Amino acid sequence: MNQLLQHLLNAVILGGTYALLGIGLTLIFGIMRVVNFTHGELYAFGAYCMYALVMRLGFDFFASLLLAVALGALVGAVIELVLLSRLRRADIDTTMLVMIGAWIIMQNAEQLIWSGVALSITSPFPSNPLVLGPASVSWTRVYVFVVALLLIAGTYFLINRTKLGKAMRATFQDRDTAALMGIRIDRIHTATFAIGSSLAAAAGALLGPVFVVQPTMGDLAAAKAFAVVILGGMGSVPGATIGGFVLAFAEELGAGYISSGYRDAMGFVLIILILLVRPTGLFARKERIG
Amino acid sequence: MKMLVGSLALVAALAGTSLSGAHAQETIKIGVTQPLTGAFAASGNYVAQGTKIAEEEINNAGGVLGKKIQLVIEDNKSNPTEAVTTVEKLIGQDKVPLLIGAWSSTLTLAVMPKLEEYKVPMIVETSSSGKITTSGNPYVFRISPTSEMEAKAFQPLVKQMGIKKADFLNTNNDFGIGSADEFSKMLKANGVEVGVRETMDPAATDFSAQLAKIKASGGDTLFVTTAVEQLTLILKQAKEQQLKVRVVSCGGSNSPDQIIAQAGAAAEGSFHTTFFPPWFPDVTTNPDVSKRYMDGWKKRGFNVGGLTEGYRGYDAVYVAVAAIKAAGKADPEAIRKALWDVQVKGVYGNIHFNKQGPAGKESGQNVPTVYLVAVKDGKVQKPQF
Repeated sequence: MNQLLQHLLNAVILGGTYALLGIGLTLIFGIMRVVNFTHGELYAFGAYCMYALVMRLGFDFFASLLLAVALGALVGAVIELVLLSRLRRADIDTTMLVMIGAWIIMQNAEQLIWSGVALSITSPFPSNPLVLGPASVSWTRVYVFVVALLLIAGTYFLINRTKLGKAMRATFQDRDTAALMGIRIDRIHTATFAIGSSLAAAAGALLGPVFVVQPTMGDLAAAKAFAVVILGGMGSVPGATIGGFVLAFAEELGAGYISSGYRDAMGFVLIILILLVRPTGLFARKERIG
Repeated sequence: MKMLVGSLALVAALAGTSLSGAHAQETIKIGVTQPLTGAFAASGNYVAQGTKIAEEEINNAGGVLGKKIQLVIEDNKSNPTEAVTTVEKLIGQDKVPLLIGAWSSTLTLAVMPKLEEYKVPMIVETSSSGKITTSGNPYVFRISPTSEMEAKAFQPLVKQMGIKKADFLNTNNDFGIGSADEFSKMLKANGVEVGVRETMDPAATDFSAQLAKIKASGGDTLFVTTAVEQLTLILKQAKEQQLKVRVVSCGGSNSPDQIIAQAGAAAEGSFHTTFFPPWFPDVTTNPDVSKRYMDGWKKRGFNVGGLTEGYRGYDAVYVAVAAIKAAGKADPEAIRKALWDVQVKGVYGNIHFNKQGPAGKESGQNVPTVYLVAVKDGKVQKPQF
């Protein structure tokens, strides 16, 4: 029973993390339809920004988070303007290859600058955990969870309740009609990619202090993000959120009660099962596709 | 036109120098395959740095057989498929008569069939899975200890540390599984109850589920086998979940200095096996060699946390050169035969190879010393019980 409580608490906290990884990608992969292999590198970029700002330059922990998010948006905008803006009419394979190239360049640049040695970021939270009966969780993770929920709510609001969000949805449903309606679709492309990238950087900046920072940290994060997006349904923020929690519960309980060796496989087994029943994922509506 | 003639002349001059250079600078090549990028990049780079120190020392002392040695270091990207590609390239293109590699057990096991195919020997500097020297590959010469040796060396400490029930957490690869097998066998033979055996993906960063299960098992000691990055996270996350057990890390690739720097208070009270303790070089078999290696490391400004890894590459190059010298020529078969009689005073101790594996196809296995160190008061210390 005590073990179950700890597993459930772990799953809730982990779910917030996965949801955060998923919502950034659902904008780019789900709405823009760009198979974004740089998502994991933006995650690593956010973590390295946090390391540079907090540990090297001595900036305030929370101000650094905001700065890392802003820099993530900037890098995202640059990737979109330099690489993707030329590929708007290109087929998915071409775009995918270019993004794989960008991913490799970014990961190796991280190693060149910071070396492969893992780095750690000191968090300002107490090192003793928050104890809830028989279970416990670190304060840093509680902080990550709360900020993740705020970012998810903010993204949902942005997509569904703002003019920019409406323009984004319109552009990627039918770019020609959207352009005829006066939407400046080039700007929408850049803005969407920048926002998605900034969310990845935010996830990295939040989780950097929880884990360690190293060049390959983005690989697993990206794999989980793709899983969450596909599980929840392409382009759906509530879907990505719930997908994140479903994946976390599957991994945590699967590892706890079936086999920890297959922990990372549990999520993918679940995805196969869900896609067999609902090929568009849990929450995608038909009109969002194509 | 004048400019064109000028640049043509320059091209000719450059071509000339490189041709004559190739003749004057004939070297003996040694191939090195290490994970310089990917999940094991930190450790792989340390080993590569160690090989370069030895290369420079040997060449400053006149090289071997009247020629300088030249290391050809290839990046196997922490990936078994890439490791095979590097070996194909080193043997096929660079024509190296001898290899050093490939850090992780999985990478080493992946390249071993290629050694037999091309009949080129390899000095294994880090890998610890038993399978490497027991599967009947006569081209493998390992200077690092096996998990079995490590478990055996640990045996006298079981009583001293008062271990009653042990749990395991290891990476889901040849290194982790091999180590957990050997340690649980040894512990059971000494009357210790073995609780749960949990595994993790080598790239995983969150171990909350595994640690919750280990906490429920209620052992007094947790044996962890993985590289330093995961070990750091395990110590931190164990503290977060209030897992109050003694952690012992196995495998020797655990850089206690890096753990103290990154896990902080969570590292307190943990124990780590190592095959070279740079905190007390005087206890090693060859203190002069250990100090020479450490001086070379510090002189080049390498990360001090890598001292517990770099010596593997350093020793491997000295063993390689001793074998080439004894063989009298840079020929793979002659070097393979010569490796059996090599005696090298190294950081690993007095290195020589014993026969291991099926008769007629034995692999070479060195017997290094295993040390256990403790983290106490934020420092690496000799353990006291």
